[in-house]
This record gives sequence, C-alpha cells and structure tokens, in this order.
Amino acid sequence: MPKTAPTGSLRIQGLEVAIQGKKIIHEIDLTIPAGEIHAVMGPNGSGKSTLCYALAGDPQYQVKGRAVLDGEDILAMKIEERSRHGLFLAFQHPVSVPGVNVFNYLRTIYNTARKPQAPLSVAEFGKVAGAEVARLGVDPAFLSRYLNDGFSGGEKKRMEVLQMALLEPKYVLLDELDSGLDVDAIERVFDSLRRLQNERRFAVLAITHYARILKYLKPDRVHVLHKGKIIASGGPELAARIEKEGYEKITGEKADEGR
Amino acid sequence: MDAGRENTRKKKQPAAGPSPLGAGSPGPAIAPSILPARATMGAGAPVPAAVVPSPAPRTSARAGQAGTVGDIAASLSNYRELARNPPNFSYKVDQKGLSEKVVREISQSKGEPDWMLAKRLLSLRIFKTKPMPTWGPDLSGLNLEDIVHYVRPEGHSTRSWDEVPDYIHKTFERLGVPQAERSFLAGVSAQYDSEVLYHNIQKELENQGVIFMGMDQAVKECPEMVKPYFMTRCVPPGDNKFSSLHGAVWSGGSFVYVPKGVVVERPLQIYFIMNYPNYGQFEHTLIIADEGSQVQYIEGCTAPHYSGASLHSAVVEIFAKKNSRVRYTSVQNWSKNVYNLNTKRAIVDANATMEWVGGTLGSGTTMLYPGSVLVGEGARADHLNIALAGEGQVKDTGAKITCRAPNTHGNVISKSISRAGGIARYRGFVRVDPGCHGCSVHVRCDGLILDGKSGSDTVPRMEVEENDAKVGHEAVVGRISAEQLTYLRSRGICEEEATRLIVAGFIEPVIKELPLEYAVEINRLIEMEMEGL
Repeated sequence: MPKTAPTGSLRIQGLEVAIQGKKIIHEIDLTIPAGEIHAVMGPNGSGKSTLCYALAGDPQYQVKGRAVLDGEDILAMKIEERSRHGLFLAFQHPVSVPGVNVFNYLRTIYNTARKPQAPLSVAEFGKVAGAEVARLGVDPAFLSRYLNDGFSGGEKKRMEVLQMALLEPKYVLLDELDSGLDVDAIERVFDSLRRLQNERRFAVLAITHYARILKYLKPDRVHVLHKGKIIASGGPELAARIEKEGYEKITGEKADEGR
Repeated sequence: MDAGRENTRKKKQPAAGPSPLGAGSPGPAIAPSILPARATMGAGAPVPAAVVPSPAPRTSARAGQAGTVGDIAASLSNYRELARNPPNFSYKVDQKGLSEKVVREISQSKGEPDWMLAKRLLSLRIFKTKPMPTWGPDLSGLNLEDIVHYVRPEGHSTRSWDEVPDYIHKTFERLGVPQAERSFLAGVSAQYDSEVLYHNIQKELENQGVIFMGMDQAVKECPEMVKPYFMTRCVPPGDNKFSSLHGAVWSGGSFVYVPKGVVVERPLQIYFIMNYPNYGQFEHTLIIADEGSQVQYIEGCTAPHYSGASLHSAVVEIFAKKNSRVRYTSVQNWSKNVYNLNTKRAIVDANATMEWVGGTLGSGTTMLYPGSVLVGEGARADHLNIALAGEGQVKDTGAKITCRAPNTHGNVISKSISRAGGIARYRGFVRVDPGCHGCSVHVRCDGLILDGKSGSDTVPRMEVEENDAKVGHEAVVGRISAEQLTYLRSRGICEEEATRLIVAGFIEPVIKELPLEYAVEINRLIEMEMEGL
C-alpha cells in the first residue's frame, strides 16, 4: 500500500497517429491518473499497439495532438527523453541484441536514469540488480546472458519487468504482456508485475486482446478501442462483459477476428 | 602428405564472374547463403593463390635437434644482454631500387650466416620477377621503385614529438597510455622498458625449456632450429610479391620454440622483446609448438603505433605439431599512412588446434588472410577476426583454410565495421583436397555498415574436391537495426549510446576471446572512432 497517493496524470488529448501516411488512431482522448490501472481492449487491428508505440515515441509513427505527462507534453520529445520523464513501454516482442551483456546493459540504463546522480560502480549495481532479480524470482544466470538473445517468450517478458523494476517509471505501457506465453508463464510474469505495482504504485496502460489477463491485473478502468477510436469506457464490469459476449455487441458489427 | 605431388599440382585458376562464390567449385557439398545488402566495389576478384608449398622436407620432427636447456639458458642470457645494448644496424644506402648490394649489406650488418644471405638473395630474385598483385585493393600509391626508402631502418630515436600526428597524440591521451610507452609507440624512443616483467617471465620460460627470442638472434644462435622452418614449406619466398620482398629485407620479429608436452601458461607477448631496433616493419615471426605442447602468442597493441615508413610487410610462420594447441593473437593499430601487407600461415599436424584471433584497427590499406594448412588427421583451425574500416581505410582481410588430411575442421568468424567511407571486405579461401573424407569448414562473416558512405562485401572462394565435405559460407552485411535502436532508446539511452552498445555486442564474439586489457582497449578505441575523436 502506498504511503502517499501518487499525483499527476498522463492526459491524452486529440491524439492522432499515422504510419506511412495511413491513419491508425483518430482523435483519442484518455486520461490516466497516476497510480491507476487502465486496460485498453479491442479486436485485432483496432490500433491498440499503435497507441502504445506512439505514446512511447517510436519514431516510425507520425503523431498529432497532445500527451501531457505530469504537465509536460511528451509528444515532441525523443523516445529516450520520454523514458527519462517516467514512461516505460514493455514491448510485445522485445528485440534481441546479441553480444550485449544483460548486466552491463542494465547498469547502463540504470545509471542513465539516475543522472545527475553519480553512476553506480559494477559492485554497487551488482547489489541493486541482485536484489531485484531475487525479488522478481528471476534466475540470476539471466544477468550473464546476452540481451533477449535466445530467451524464451516468458524470459523476455520477465526481462521487461526487471527493466521496469530498475527504471522505476511512473507510467507503464504494457503491450500484450501475455502474448506468446503459456498459462504458467503468464501467472509468473503477472505475479511479479502485480507485486511491483502494489509497491511502486505506477500507473498502467495495459493493451490486451483477451479479458482473461485482467484477472491477474485488476483494472480501475477499461476502454474499448475500435478502428482507432475509443467507443466505450467503463469499470471492470466492461471487461467481464467483453469476455462473456465478445466485442461484437459493443462494436455493433463483426469484429475482424482470427488473425 | 606428398610434397612432390603438391608441387606439381596446377593451381586452380580463380573463378571470376558475377558470383562471389568460386563458380564451378566441384563437389555438391557447398551450402552457401550470401546476403550482401550492399556492395560498394566489384565482387568476384579472385583470392590469391592457394597454399602450394615449395618442395621441402617432410614434417619429420626437426625439433629433436633443439639444444639442451643449458644452451638455451646461455643464449637467453646473451639475448638479454643484447636487448639491453642493441647492436647498431644502421647502414648506408646509396642507390635507388632494391639491389643485391643492399640486401647483402643488410645481411652483413646483421652478421648473418651464409644460408640466410642465400635465402635473402633468392627472395630478391623472386621479388624482381613477380608482378604486383592486382586482384585486391588498390596498391598504386605504393612505389616499390623507391623500396630502399621503405627498407632503411628508422634508427633508434630520430623522431621528435612534433612529427607525430595530432590524432595520435589525442588517442594516446584518451587511452591513457603511459608516457614511456607513448614514446616508444610513436617512434620517439626505441626503448620499451619492461625489464622487470621481462626478467620474471624469461625465468619461467627458461625452466620449461621454452625459447623466446628475437628472430635476428635466433638465426645466429640456433640456426639448426631455425633453418628448416624459416620460409621453407610454410611461407616460401615465392608465395607472393610481399613475402618475397620480406624474405629479402626482413628484420626483427621473434622466434618461439615450445618443447614436447610443455604447456606455457602465460601468453607470450611481443612487448617483452620489443626493445629491438626496427621492430615491426618487416618482422618475421616463427613459432614451433612441438608435439602435445600449448602456447599462446600475442602480438601488437591497441594503442596507435606511429610509423614513418609507409609499408609494413610481416611474415608469420607457425608449426603446430601433433596434438599441440597454438593461439596466435594480433592486434594491429598502425597509423593510417601505412600499407599493411602481411602473410601469416600455420601448418597444423594431426589432432593439433590452431587458433587465430585478430583485430585490424589501423593502417590505410590492409591485406591480411591468415592461413591454416591442415596436414594431419583431426587437425583443426579456428579463425576469429575483427576489422574496423574508418575514414580512408580499406580492410581486405579474411582467412584461408586448406584441408589436406581426413577429418580436419575449420571455423571462421569474421566481423567488420565500416564507417566514414571505410571499406571492409572479407576475402576467403577454402579448399578440401581429394581423398580427405569427413572434413568440414564453416565460414561466417558479418559486416556492419554504420553510414551511407561506407561499404562492406565478401569475396569467398571454395575448392571442394571431396563429396562428403561440409563447407558452408554465411555472410550477412547490414546496418544497425532500427528496431534495436528503438528498443534501447526506449530505456532512456541516447541514439549514440545505443549504437555503441549494438556495435560492442556485434564484435563481442571476437572480443571475448581477447585478453582483457585488449578487449577493453578495443572497445574504447571503437567508441572513440565512432565519436570521431
């Protein structure tokens, strides 16, 4: 439980996103107060992932509108600046970077995030990383591997959570954290995530196709995205309804399922 | 192996043509997959001649003629004395062009035995008749008519700090190279003071019966060990234009002999005997690892080595006898005015393992293709190489592996980085002789191109004359992936830092095989290169 309730918000106003001239997101308004968990659900192709990557700052997207993080518009910022402002994206498919040692990499991103504080030495960071690894139940052998190289689906996602734990973001974007995982792996990843969120009280914008993952991560609000627009918002009951009835009733037409 | 038969075999004409693979390579066992994303220069240039040794004695163990430990100890102490007070090798040259007179003067000034003079003169005759190689990088800036200029020893301490280019100064500072070492590397001083360390290591080696001394001295003090191996069947003078030049004018380098069954724990570093005049320009390295022995030899250094001479042409000959294991590591960072044209080769006997680990960072034009001739059953060769091609640099590097016995295996990993207009080319040659069953050679070369001005390509050639041979060539040339950059930047690090991480990761498979201090320095050098100093 938090000692003090977090303040601030991520306010998305009139956000439009296009890739290679093709508009994917049409004027989205969405406010995520600090510490809240929001789920964005929708059928395939509705623009869920695009929303995530555009907010995180992936340079291949063209954006319009505003995304105000604790009073500052982040849309004009470079992707790394957004991270330093407390935004974190857990990738659906984390890319492997062969030859880059996980421990050295984590130390690099940790020390960069700590600036202007003095960087931690190898030994000092060893303690920090060791503690997080133990807390998240990650195999310490992780640290001596190459970044995401030859990692299983579950290992990749745990690597994302480990980075999240070290960078201490205030707003976390989860792009289909459950994808490619079996039930056991989903439980393990979400268990670490839930414990981390309980303790740090970061806000979450969780992109998901399936309502079932929301039993691992209880949302405060649920939004339904369809064809690049938010067509419904509500409490957890909305997710329950989608699980029972599918998207069709809500979208009013046949969702393009089955990719 | 039948030396006579080898000698009479006609060299295959290299395949020219649009395919960079040797077209018409016999044998079905080639599994090529070539994905050159970008090739700036014409591929298909042939690889230099295959390894065809001259008629020479068979691989009977000459090492048995090695002197006793007592002799060796005596020569070592002589050597140390010599190293402290190097003889004056300077000689006057009064004519242009490399003449017999000049070569005789060199030999005489060194006080060499007749057989070495004869070798030099033979080399000179071959040099005069061989044309300049035209299959590789442009060498038109190299004026061999004025070869005497290149051959003249630089003397001991003739350069002043003002003559050392500014970028070398800067790099020394950034790398934190100690002042004494800077002076040596910049050619301001001919002395590298490593006396204490040198002494301790020599003592260890003496106790094991290992010989590690300057090549000039070895010729005089242990000719019975040197003569059968020196430019005979490993790198004969006629191997190529520059090996013949080398044979005529070589000077310096080192000689290593490791007795049967001896494991040398500590890598032998040329640093320890570098306080010899004229190091580096035409140095000759001869390493003999007797049966069952193990040795690592490390040459060169990562700090930029300033040279006034614009041609360097070294020869390295390695004999890895039965069941031995030899690792030869070289890191080269000559200043960018240098043509670096070397010939390095190992003859690998039954169940022996030869490992080549190399980093080519400096020089303007480099041609370097370490070769492994696998002559005994079960022999194996591993080649690891990094080439960094920056502004004005052409790195034409690769590996040559020849399987002359059954069940021999080779593995090549070559990594190159090109930036700021640099060209990195992998040029390789693989051959499996007929009758050599159960052989495999795998070549993997990865080129990373950091900007639109630079280039990378691969020119592999294969001759496979045995049906069950497994020979593969994989080449991937690419740029830094946008996906990787986005991922790393999303963790808060800037694009430059992310690029550095990716590049460091790219060369990691080779870097991790280097001694730690080299690994750290190479990473730093590459970072500096990428920052443009």
